[in-house]
Amino acid sequence: MAAKQLKCRECGTEYPLEARYVCSQCFGPLEVGYDHEHISDVGEVRRRIQGGPQNMWRYHDFLPLEGPQPRTRTGLPAGCTPLIRADRLAERLGLGEVWVKNDAANPTHSFKDRVVSVAATRARELGFDTLACASTGNLANSVAAHGAALGMASYVLIPADLEEQKVLATGVYGTNLVKVRGNYDDVNRLCTELSGDRENWAFVNINMRPYYAEGSKTVAYEIAEQLGWEIPDRVVVPIASGSLFTKIGKGFQEFIDVGLVDGDVPIMNGAQATGCSPVATAFRDGQDFCRPVKPDTIAKSLAIGNPADGPYALDLARATGGTIDSVNDQEIRAGIRLLAETAGVFTETAGGVTTAVLQKLAESGQIGRDERVVLVITGEGLKTLDAVRDSFMAYEVDPTIQSFEAAFADSVPV
Amino acid sequence: MAVTVKLPTQLRDTVGGFASVQAEGATVGEALESVFTAHGELRDRLYQNGDLRRFVNVYLGGEDIRFLDGLQTALPDGAELTILPAVAGG
Repeated sequence: MAAKQLKCRECGTEYPLEARYVCSQCFGPLEVGYDHEHISDVGEVRRRIQGGPQNMWRYHDFLPLEGPQPRTRTGLPAGCTPLIRADRLAERLGLGEVWVKNDAANPTHSFKDRVVSVAATRARELGFDTLACASTGNLANSVAAHGAALGMASYVLIPADLEEQKVLATGVYGTNLVKVRGNYDDVNRLCTELSGDRENWAFVNINMRPYYAEGSKTVAYEIAEQLGWEIPDRVVVPIASGSLFTKIGKGFQEFIDVGLVDGDVPIMNGAQATGCSPVATAFRDGQDFCRPVKPDTIAKSLAIGNPADGPYALDLARATGGTIDSVNDQEIRAGIRLLAETAGVFTETAGGVTTAVLQKLAESGQIGRDERVVLVITGEGLKTLDAVRDSFMAYEVDPTIQSFEAAFADSVPV
Repeated sequence: MAVTVKLPTQLRDTVGGFASVQAEGATVGEALESVFTAHGELRDRLYQNGDLRRFVNVYLGGEDIRFLDGLQTALPDGAELTILPAVAGG
């Protein structure tokens, strides 16, 4: 495999490709390092991708996995989600060209299937038989489903107040579902402690984290490939921990470095909910670290008060000329409706955050009309139904023509 | 104040392999200093420029000390401090 080692992002200390996530010297996060130097024929790499399976394993040259046949690597293939040209959304916002990357079209309806696919596959390679995670909901769905598909036991820990839809869509897979009386940061702390004592458990977002996080790069790969091997001018991405945001940047950079695409990493705009916006606040204040907050937002899948990849997200936004903005709960609900009414895509609250931030950027005149913009929609509206409850009216009629026509008496006749 | 400091697996080699050590101090900072006296290597792992490294989290009774008074947070007798690496969530 092209992956060569784990490397500390802070101090550069290198480690072998094992179940390890934190530098023992400085506690910095570890990241997978690759050697793509051997790539001399970019055309061959491109052909291999194009000839690969219709899922994210087509990019296996860029993922930290062993094994001869990527298509046999998982029982629940993720990725290759639609990139939709959203002209009506662009028109509404006064923009030239907007695309929606709809990652709700994954097996458990969020981008988390990408990261869990890599983490679960790597966990098997390393000999683990049990998956576990701390989750704000979408990850819970995905870990439970991957455990079922791969025949691995799973333990899923969630905040006790999670949306009912996400709880039901986890328990159905037959996982060990644990509701923790606390917020996500409490759950994460508990799991970090547990992971030290449960050495045969692969916590996908803790001891498998370096592998897990790599899965997010495939969002960037797909966008580039779906645009005909071109890089968009700007990408708008939600930020919870900051991992997806930074890995999308890394994905574009890797494709540029090996010569698969020309140009620069897009302008990276991050999106947070005002009720949990430690990264947006640090961006606004010109700081390079994030002060933890106690989340209070309807966007529960983004409610991480202590975002460990926040500093790197700040670096990336600044380096690409982007921003990290936040929107309030009312704007989030409006964002959900805007995307639904103009693109036909019903997203969860996180997508409402992302759409509302795009709208904010457009209204402030920061986006040129000549720009090609991609909006990354990470999850499915059916998982957060409360966000749209009572937001519209329905007609109720008797089963007669008369009653129907009476209901629409004020409408223009057909 | 007698305090217990719980260490993650990544740091246990600095204290002879133990999962926790006893400390003394009226504040979080003082308690950590008392641990460093016996286990000097731990200081460099946890501190940079006299403050906690940015990926080191310290909890008092489950609460991140950044929500309290940081290293100046007062400790009741018998308090339990937990040191953990910051891990991004999802």
